[in-house]
Amino acid sequence: MKIASVQDLEKIRDKYNPSLYQPKGLKVNVGMASCGIAAGAMDAFEKATEAFKDDPSVTICQTGCIGFCEMEPLVEIMAEGKPRVMYKNITADKILEAIDDYRGGAAKKKWILGQMRDPRSLMDDDLPNPVDKVEHFEGIPFLEDVPFYKGQVKIALRNCGYIDPDAIDAYIARKGYFALVEAIQGRKPKEIIEAVKQSGLRGRGGGGFPAGIKWATCAKHHGDRYIICNADEGDPGAYMDRSILEGDPHSVLEGMLIAAYAIGSSQGYIYVRNEYPLAVKRLITAIKQAEDYGLLGDNIADSDFSFHIKISTGAGAFVCGESTALMASLEGNVGRPRAKYVHTVEKGFRNSPTNLNNVETYANVPAILLKGADWYAGMGTEHSKGTKVFSLVGKVVNTGLVEVPMGISLNDIVFNIGGGVPKKKAFKAVQTGGPSGGCIPERFMKLPVDYQKLAEVGSIMGSGGMIVMDQDTCMVDVARYFLDFLKEESCGQCNPCREGIKQMLDILTDICQGNGKQGDIELLEELGAMVQKFSLCGLGTSAPNPVLTTILYFRDEYEKHIQDKKCPAGVCKALFHYEIDAEACTGCQVCFRKCPQDAVSGEKKKPHTIDQSKCIKCGICYEGCKFDAIKIR
Amino acid sequence: MNQAATTQNPTTEEVDFRELDDIIDKEYGSDRENLIMILQAIQRRYNYLPKPTLTYLATKIGVPYSQIYGVATFYATFSLEPRGRNIISICLGTACHVRGGERIRERLVDTLHIQDGQTTEDGRYTLESVRCIGCCSLGPVIKINEDMHGRIASDEVEKILNQYE
Repeated sequence: MKIASVQDLEKIRDKYNPSLYQPKGLKVNVGMASCGIAAGAMDAFEKATEAFKDDPSVTICQTGCIGFCEMEPLVEIMAEGKPRVMYKNITADKILEAIDDYRGGAAKKKWILGQMRDPRSLMDDDLPNPVDKVEHFEGIPFLEDVPFYKGQVKIALRNCGYIDPDAIDAYIARKGYFALVEAIQGRKPKEIIEAVKQSGLRGRGGGGFPAGIKWATCAKHHGDRYIICNADEGDPGAYMDRSILEGDPHSVLEGMLIAAYAIGSSQGYIYVRNEYPLAVKRLITAIKQAEDYGLLGDNIADSDFSFHIKISTGAGAFVCGESTALMASLEGNVGRPRAKYVHTVEKGFRNSPTNLNNVETYANVPAILLKGADWYAGMGTEHSKGTKVFSLVGKVVNTGLVEVPMGISLNDIVFNIGGGVPKKKAFKAVQTGGPSGGCIPERFMKLPVDYQKLAEVGSIMGSGGMIVMDQDTCMVDVARYFLDFLKEESCGQCNPCREGIKQMLDILTDICQGNGKQGDIELLEELGAMVQKFSLCGLGTSAPNPVLTTILYFRDEYEKHIQDKKCPAGVCKALFHYEIDAEACTGCQVCFRKCPQDAVSGEKKKPHTIDQSKCIKCGICYEGCKFDAIKIR
Repeated sequence: MNQAATTQNPTTEEVDFRELDDIIDKEYGSDRENLIMILQAIQRRYNYLPKPTLTYLATKIGVPYSQIYGVATFYATFSLEPRGRNIISICLGTACHVRGGERIRERLVDTLHIQDGQTTEDGRYTLESVRCIGCCSLGPVIKINEDMHGRIASDEVEKILNQYE
């Protein structure tokens, strides 16, 4: 079947809608993104599928990630006329019991995360709320009121976790491809570019360049124009794009299609990380389905507009997230960036005008066209509009993906949504922007999330990694860690980056090993300024950020490493040792049993001691002690 | 348990060039722009990039061997050495790092007596560090072949390794 009009989409929507919102019998959605599968979702899915293979009244369905990774595997159960309930930590051994529990009225409160007040997305709220009139279960909170979800506004993630990513009909049922078909059949390319400009959408990959201006500039240049989706999500600690590609691949395709129509391009590429095999698989399926419906390929929706998309996989090079390096890699070359005297919108891939945006940017586009630029621009701050997806990870209670309106404070994200630091440890900093970003200390936690504001404190918005650090994180080690990463990933082309990073890393390694000298901090600052100023591409110019921000905000930690030869966080092995606090030790023998070096000795119920000559500082005793008796000295 | 394909170091005689043609021609149209993906396909087949396949590829798609060597050594995914039966990928992403990923790595190095990128003498394990697999909520994470092991403590390392022959 080929889709030729909005009416055709409406038909599919009407047909698929019941199975999405009012399923016959029982429907079980298992969250099956990479993170869910790693937590055991695949086994749970298979177990349930096997158990109900002869029972047509039960449908077991896969969905993407609904964000709350800490609680995975997440399983949502629903039935016609009944509430939709989200069960948490449902592994294979629990899934059948969870289904029974739902049938019996949802009594296992401890297994339940919440029930949905409204499962619709912001796009498809033209239809009535399917669970508006159902009788909700007593004593179960609404998912929307659970602190993790409260305050989130889902636009880029609007379908992740709600639909089967391998079903194009499900995407259409949530008003997918409506924006595209309406655009092709009734809006001029210029109008669309204008709408994207008006919305204030900025590149979500890290640079934050206004997408509408980029589109307009690219459209001005002549030649075979290309549309590229940057899915080479390289920042360690960031997985927003993976989640979107795995949970809602069609939203990215639709965004690219709209860009292609607006700019005038017939060929697109998605450059995706090789480390994301599931994302690639789901993209391949999505492309095939869109082609079958005539929404991708030649004469899309019965018009003159044709557009093809090819997937290209990266091969593990962080620098290929940089646009010119990515394009070199797409051409089959070594991924080295070039100086951008001539921008890629003029001469990019194959020396032709190229528009490159990242996954999240494209995923936002259909929503902007459907709901209007003003609606989108109504959220956020003066210079940062709409929402941003963050991967909230590290030392935080509720790890997961969160999408929040721009302008929300860091405090709200880390403490209200994230639930703060686990194990009653003290919060130290939050790191944003990956290796190009910085560490923001507690005193700036009231800062609103906004491109400018984050830059003012020395960090960047970046692609959305947000790593929470606590008292056990050594800031000197974090700086060393990022430089070690960047030294490996520097393409080696320009001197300041190749040599500068290495010299800075050598100094930091010395400091971490107890060989720091007076003047090292000043030397790091000087070198950092040089690398920032003279490097060729964004990797180099931003590389010193993690070092410079940690020096700025945690100078005392550097000084303790250099002058006192102490690592207060207990990370740099040469600069601390473990001791057992005799008063706190109960003699439970956990450390005694766990120590791989037999360095712990002591009688039962009496304080233990550590033989320093045997201790390798692996930290097993420290992590294992329930009485906080192992001290870092 | 998942196991990566096993291969000895093949000589020119042992490489099946018809099979290689299928990869280069049929799947990727001998297009030099597809070089990276062709190399990935060869590595999937042999578990690494044997030299005879690269010299053959050079003539086949008209790209100098030096350039292919450049690409194969630039990207972290590629290995020019035979790899072990089980590929251990230790995630050293930031989230794993702050949750003790480095300690897991040290434990692996101590247990297997190999460094990053090396293979055990018996060919059982290859240790590779990767930068973020995107399962940050489960940190620290190691991936062995296709299996993900999350939230591991350093004293569990040996038990996990023993599951892989």
